[in-house]
Amino acid sequence: MKKALRPALTATIPVLCGYLFIGFAFGVMLRDAGYGPHWALLSSLTIYAGSGQYLLVSLLASGASLLTVAVMTLLLNCRHIFYGLSFLETFHRMGRKKWYMIFSLTDETYSLLCSLHTPMGVDPDAMRFWIALLDQSYWIAGSVIGAFVGGVLPFDSTGIDFAMTALFTVIFVEQWKSTRCHIPALLGLGAAAVSLVLLGADHFILPAMLAICVMLVALRGRLAKEVAG
Amino acid sequence: MSAGMTFAMIAVAAVCTFATRVLPFLLFNGKRPIPPIIRYLGATLPPAVIALLVVYCVKSVDWLAAPHGAPELLCIAVTALLHLWKRNDLLSIGVGTALYMVLVQTVFL
Repeated sequence: MKKALRPALTATIPVLCGYLFIGFAFGVMLRDAGYGPHWALLSSLTIYAGSGQYLLVSLLASGASLLTVAVMTLLLNCRHIFYGLSFLETFHRMGRKKWYMIFSLTDETYSLLCSLHTPMGVDPDAMRFWIALLDQSYWIAGSVIGAFVGGVLPFDSTGIDFAMTALFTVIFVEQWKSTRCHIPALLGLGAAAVSLVLLGADHFILPAMLAICVMLVALRGRLAKEVAG
Repeated sequence: MSAGMTFAMIAVAAVCTFATRVLPFLLFNGKRPIPPIIRYLGATLPPAVIALLVVYCVKSVDWLAAPHGAPELLCIAVTALLHLWKRNDLLSIGVGTALYMVLVQTVFL
């Protein structure tokens, strides 16, 4: 277990930068809406979803009903259903830790687990667990600090959230190089771009996700062989 | 709003978020073999979803107004090319992010 901590720390540095900043921004927003650090701690501990918690701030501020909270959260997090599919067998192997791995499968943890490189002699499952646990601790730290200190910063951190974009870009390149069949990646890029242009920033992600699934299933006869080979 | 209501909203958001994450594990519990179609989606979805997430990161860019997403596109290109060249995660992400911060703080105000 201990041996896996160091490589997990190294692997999660990009998420550390991203989560500290995005978590911080969430904390500041929550404080502006009138909720202190203990609310930031509670939501980062129990919800643990970046975009979901941003959404919650606006729902809290507008005094939305519990039903609205439920429907909006389910819609926003639909994509997580697909993340689990990649790790069904991996997580089932992990015993009791499985439940925490499922709970903590955010976009960023998913990306890191997708591109896991385990050094020689390190237990991959232990490293997966550390990655998940470290990522959530960064998120909690960022959001609680944000709710405490508000808008007072000793330097201009504008643009540091690009770390997340860069992380996804790196994973994209890694996946591109690891497979000969680039159709799924191009399909995802195309569907997302078309959906964004047609539907706009607030509504494009679910239709894009649906379009990707439909097209992947439709192309299965062609792609299944290439992916396996 | 009362503290109880705030607590309830956080609880509902937490339960609904966990529900979306646990659903595939409840449907396919490891005892039954995973159907081939699900295996196929498990292999082909991740690259498509990562591509979608890259687009998600730039969803708020105003492409029609100056600078037309230039800092984002430039820094994504630099990150990708650097990664193709050196294949070092931290280097690619660090340089890409630092360049973006410099660009949005000094060049593209």
